[in-house]
Formats: sequence, C-alpha cells, structure tokens
Amino acid sequence: MEMLLSGNEALARGFYEYGGEFASAYPGTPSTEILQVMANFFKEDIYSEWAPNEKVALETVVGASYGGARSIAVMKHVGLNVAADPLLTLSYTGVGAGLIIISADDPSMHSSQNEQDNRYYGKLASIPILEPSDSQEAKDFVRDAFEISEKFDTPVIIRLTTRISHSKGLVRIGKRETVVHPGFERNVEKYVMVPAYAIKRHAIVIERLEKLKEYAEETNINKIIWNDKKVGVITGSIAYQHTRDALPQASVLKLGMGYPLPMNKIKKFASEVDHLFVVEELEPFYEEQIKGAGIEIEGKKYFPSLLELNVDIVRKGFVDAGVMETGIPDSAKTEEAILPRPPVLCPGCPHRGIMVTLRKLKVFTTGDIGCYTLGALPPLSQIDTCLCMGASIGHAIGIEKAGKTKKKIVAIIGDSTFLHSGITSLASAVYNKSSITVIIADNRITAMTGGQDNPATSKTLMGEDTNAIDLPDLCKALGVEHVKTVDPYNLDETYDTLREEIDRDAVSVVITNRPCVLFPKKIKDKPLKIDTDKCIACGICFSVGCPAIFGSGATNDKGKSIPTIDPAMCTGCGICAKVCPTGAIIEDES
Amino acid sequence: MKNGTTNILIVGVGGQGVLLASEILTEVSKSNGFDAKKSEVHGMSQRGGVVSSHVRFGKKVFSPLIPKGEADVVLAFELAEGLRWAHQCKTNGVTIVNNQKIIPTIVSTGEFSYPDSPADKIKKKNPGARIIDAFELAKELGNSRLVNTIMLGVLSQYLDLEEESWITVIQRMAPKGTEELNKKAFFEGKKLKN
Repeated sequence: MEMLLSGNEALARGFYEYGGEFASAYPGTPSTEILQVMANFFKEDIYSEWAPNEKVALETVVGASYGGARSIAVMKHVGLNVAADPLLTLSYTGVGAGLIIISADDPSMHSSQNEQDNRYYGKLASIPILEPSDSQEAKDFVRDAFEISEKFDTPVIIRLTTRISHSKGLVRIGKRETVVHPGFERNVEKYVMVPAYAIKRHAIVIERLEKLKEYAEETNINKIIWNDKKVGVITGSIAYQHTRDALPQASVLKLGMGYPLPMNKIKKFASEVDHLFVVEELEPFYEEQIKGAGIEIEGKKYFPSLLELNVDIVRKGFVDAGVMETGIPDSAKTEEAILPRPPVLCPGCPHRGIMVTLRKLKVFTTGDIGCYTLGALPPLSQIDTCLCMGASIGHAIGIEKAGKTKKKIVAIIGDSTFLHSGITSLASAVYNKSSITVIIADNRITAMTGGQDNPATSKTLMGEDTNAIDLPDLCKALGVEHVKTVDPYNLDETYDTLREEIDRDAVSVVITNRPCVLFPKKIKDKPLKIDTDKCIACGICFSVGCPAIFGSGATNDKGKSIPTIDPAMCTGCGICAKVCPTGAIIEDES
Repeated sequence: MKNGTTNILIVGVGGQGVLLASEILTEVSKSNGFDAKKSEVHGMSQRGGVVSSHVRFGKKVFSPLIPKGEADVVLAFELAEGLRWAHQCKTNGVTIVNNQKIIPTIVSTGEFSYPDSPADKIKKKNPGARIIDAFELAKELGNSRLVNTIMLGVLSQYLDLEEESWITVIQRMAPKGTEELNKKAFFEGKKLKN
C-alpha cells in the first residue's frame, strides 16, 4: 500500500516500522509534526515526550538508548546548537540500542533566525549524516540509520530540510518490526567520560570513522544514475530532485550519506565524466571535501550558498557554466513586485496588549523567539532585539550594565521559551543585581509552532495530566522579590503595573495570564464594530496591528480612512476599543 | 498535459484553505494512478501571510517545486495573490482567480497600497485568465469558507481526473459536517462557465 506522506510523517512512520520505542523533542519548525504523528498514531508502541529544550531531549534519548530502546531525538537546526554539548561527547560513548538525531534545517529561513548548515555537525562530531531527498527516503533512512547506529556503535543524524519535512510524496507502507535489546550493561570505560576513559574512546571514534568511510563506499544509500557522461553531478537531499528536473540528461552521483563521503566512489565517478559539478544547498560542504581530495569540481561558483535552491536556480547555474542553453522561459521573467503580507499577531492575541503598553511606556525591549517577535514589525515596532531562544533576559542584563541606553529596559519572553532557556538567565539577573523588568508572556502553550504543551501547561504529549510549573513561584524561588500577574487585555492594569516595575531598582517579573486564542482551543467572543457616527477616522485603531481591522473604503470629509471590523475574524478582545479616543468601537449586537 | 508532469500552483492568503485544497488535489491525482508531490511552507508565514502550494503529478515527479513559468494552472484564491503569481503560468496555461480582495494591515496603516484593478493586470499577463466570483457564490451557498472547493471545481474542468475520485476525496477530507456542502460547492465550480 502507498500513502501520501510528508517527510515528517514518513519519518515518524519509519520510526514506528523499524522498532522505535522512545522519542523526545522540543517543538521547532520544520520538525514539530514528527512527534505529534507518533503521539497521535503510534501511541501504543512508541512512548514520546516534549522536553523543555533540545539538550534535555537528547540527554533523555541517550538514556533511553543506553537503556536498550531504539530512540530518536528531534529538533530544528538551531536546536542542535542547544544539544551540541551532549552530542559531541555522545560520539565518544556510542550508543546502547540504535539512536537517531533529527536535525531539521531551514534553508531560506521560512521560520528561523538563521540558515546554518548542520551537516558540519557530522564532521565536528565524527558521526554519520543521512540526507533523504523525499518522503520515501525519509522512511527508508530510519531503517538504515538504526542499522548503522547499532553496527558501528554511533549516533546517526538524519538531516531533513524544510522542503523534505513539509513536502508530500508517495510512501510504501510496511509492518512494524520488533527489536530485542538486552538493556544497559555497566561499562565505565564506555559510559563514564572522565579524561582517562575519554582518551581511549576518542581513539575508537577515529577508528570508527575509517570504518564508516568504508561503509559509505559500499552502501547503496549512495548511488549512481548513469546517463550522458558529458556532465556528471554530485548532489544530495532536495538538490538531487531539482538537479534531475534541471538537467535530466546528466549522470548523477546521489549522496544519501552526506558524511563521511565515499571518496573513492567520487573519484571513480569523476574519472568517467567530462565535466563535474556539485549541487548542494547552503554551504560548500561536499565541495570543500571533494576539492580537498584533489578532485577538480565546480560548485558554489554556479550554485549559491544563500537560501534554498530550486529548479530555476539550478538551471541558471548550468546555463552560467555553459552546459545548458536556456534557463527560465521569457514569460516568467516579468515578476510583479506587489504588496507584501508580513506575518502579524492574530486577532485577539494577548501579546498585542503587551506591545501596545510597551510602546506607550517608550521602553527598550529585548525580544525572544516566539509569536511576540512579530511585535518588532510595523505598526507595533516595539521589539529591539531577537537572537536565539532565551536571549532576551541576557540581553537586558548586558544592555543595562553597559549603561548607555537611556530608556528603561524590559525583556519579553514566552512561557515555553522561558522554560527552554530563560530560567538560568533570570537567576543571573538576580545574582548580578540587575535593574530590569522581565515580562513572561504566558499564553499557556507553545504557540508559534502550532500549540504544543510544555511543563507549565499540565498536559503531557501522551495526553496525560501532570503537575504544572507555577511560574510566579518559580520566579520567587530564583530570588525575584517583585513578581506580579496582569491581564494583558486590561490595558490600564498592564500599564500601571509595568510603570511601577520599570522604575524599580531591582529585578522584577510581570507575568501575563491570557491564553493563546488559537490553542488548545479557539477563543472567540462577541465581535466588535465601528460606530461610524462617533468614529473620527484618527487611525489609532489601525496602529494596534489587528488583521480584523481594515479600511472600509469610505473616507471622512478630510479624506481619512474610516475603519471597519471583520466580524468573522474579531474575537472581541477589546484592545482596539480601549485605545479608541472617542469610544467608537462597540459590541456588534447584530 | 497528459505526457510529462502536470503543474498546479494554488495560492492565497493564510486562512483561505489553500493547504486543504492542494491536499485534496494531490490525493485525487494519486488515486488516478499518478506519482504526485505537494510542497508548501508552514509556520510563521501562515500568520496572515502569503500561502502558495505547489502540486505536481505525472508518471514520475522529481522536484516538489514547479519551475518558474511552467504552471499549467495558477489557481488564486485572492486578487492581489493572482497578480503576484500570474507570471508562474505557462504561456498556454490558465490563471483562475477568485474575485476577492483581502486587505493586509499594512494597507490600513497607509504604508502600502493595494494594487489598482488587479483583474485587468492579471488579464494583461495572461489573456485567457478567468476571474471567478467564488467568494460571492460561497456566501450564497451559506459559508464563505467554501471558496477553496468551488475553485477546485473550476480547476477540475482543466484536468483529466475522474469525477468520482474528486467526490471520494472531498467526502473524506472536508471538515466534519460540511461534506455535502463541499460536494455541492465542487459541482457549482465544475459547471461554472465564463
């Protein structure tokens, strides 16, 4: 039987079919659906959990693998930075039962702060990387990864990209295999990484890499598609698919194993074609190694490092290199530059009340990773910095200590991001006697990735009730003396509280308490409408940046746009009504 | 379109049902015996942003993305989005646009303006373009969210896919309780002539 599955769905299916038992992840686009599929469809056979961050996810998975369960840790590319500490020494200890790490990279930064190429982690940690090029391979490579992991005693990274994770294709479905593993056996020289043992293990890692290179030469994960021998292309991942469309007559060496490379196979392939190219997305990872082996090849000269590749970009590269005649058809060249549609906070989003208040207070705002980052864009234009998960509090501490910013300093961080990597920064703020205010925008969910539970929501991924972290108590336990909770729909309360806290010569925390309007359930109250008799078309309601409010098309006698509210979108949160100077936004009784 | 790959680009604004429509089309092409791929980007871009979904089917599909200027059909659920993507259409392809404007906040705040007479501009790029009153029709049928299924009905006029498979897939994938209404919307779209 065949099913139409996304790369993420196929990978989860593969984990199920090839005897996977334990999965842990922190949600992150484009990887999030993998664990959701496991929890929704394979709950009987796979135990899965959300970890508070990727480091915890990987450490937990390592425990499960040592303990004898085939395991998987799932994260987006930047998540592997957080998990890099356990990863690099995990390479030394090796595994118990098969262990896979999913790194879902995001070329083009569709939902990320950078487009780092995580294939380098394979080289850095001396561990194999598999790179599926479609949904079928996303499933098949789980089988191969387990085999490699257990045969060579190594963790294996399967590197997805957004186009692999979120594209759908046909996948052949099979039955679940069960795998028997004896479980943990005490072996201090393998599992206790103190210097004396780690030295021995590093030698084993170096030996293992040589064996993996031999495996890479033989495995059919790396395969050659022979066509015309004038042009040969070495490629992998999604770039393989684009290459087949762009230059169908070329011979192709498809690398399913992105590290270590099968250098003898590459040399042989190179010797049989007239003109050799490497087509890879992002960094010249294969290219550097192939050139380093003394093979003449062209890559980044024609195929850019910036953003995702597609068939057009690959064609253009071949045209520029002189091996193809035409690129895109003339009709496609007249692209229309028309209005952008930047992402905005949803109608009713509780973060809007915070942004509107911070704007009024004219504070410096260090931001973090979550929906509230959208408060950086017009018309709210409030967030001043955004770097990585948890950075807002550290930024605020540093900017205040630097002493050159006249404005009061406020950090804003979501509940899930705070639990991911904000707690230690808040401890630092207290310890180092900072005078900053931290807003925890607690909407009771991990919202940006589509509504996942976290340690403050009282539900596990398996759907069980659990203890929830009490955020005010946690902050007090960290030594914060001034902790207050406000309703962000109540603009007066939010303003008065923040006004008092930002003037304080100490760390203070203000926690907002309105849930996300989308997750876990849609919240929609009576919609509001514009009383056109009272409206003076001042435009202040537009400045809250709500997508439910837009120009009605009508103007007043001064030519100013009179707003209207879409009743289907409006949730009735009332923030626009509170900023309206004439009380012209009222309940829609119709 | 029979030999080689058929390319359908479905575009619109977050919340219009672009993803469900492309999902239905891909399943229908699969059940007609084709290899099929579908690609779009989820996540941040969906918060009121532009949504575009690539559907490709044929004997064997490689890239999930439609090359520029090679869409057999551009199916747009919104006027400005039709204008944005019309250049992706083949010279002998067709652009089908729902006659509806969705105005982003940045227009309300005066930073950008919505394009003037978008329908005329689309027809200039693609003389065979069809402007469909799917939004009005959906409201007449009692649910403005039926735009996507009406547009699929119009699309079906151009594709050699069995009617029965459309109905089976719509029945299976339409939100619970709206199956009959969606089937009706599909047929309304299928019989539209203009």
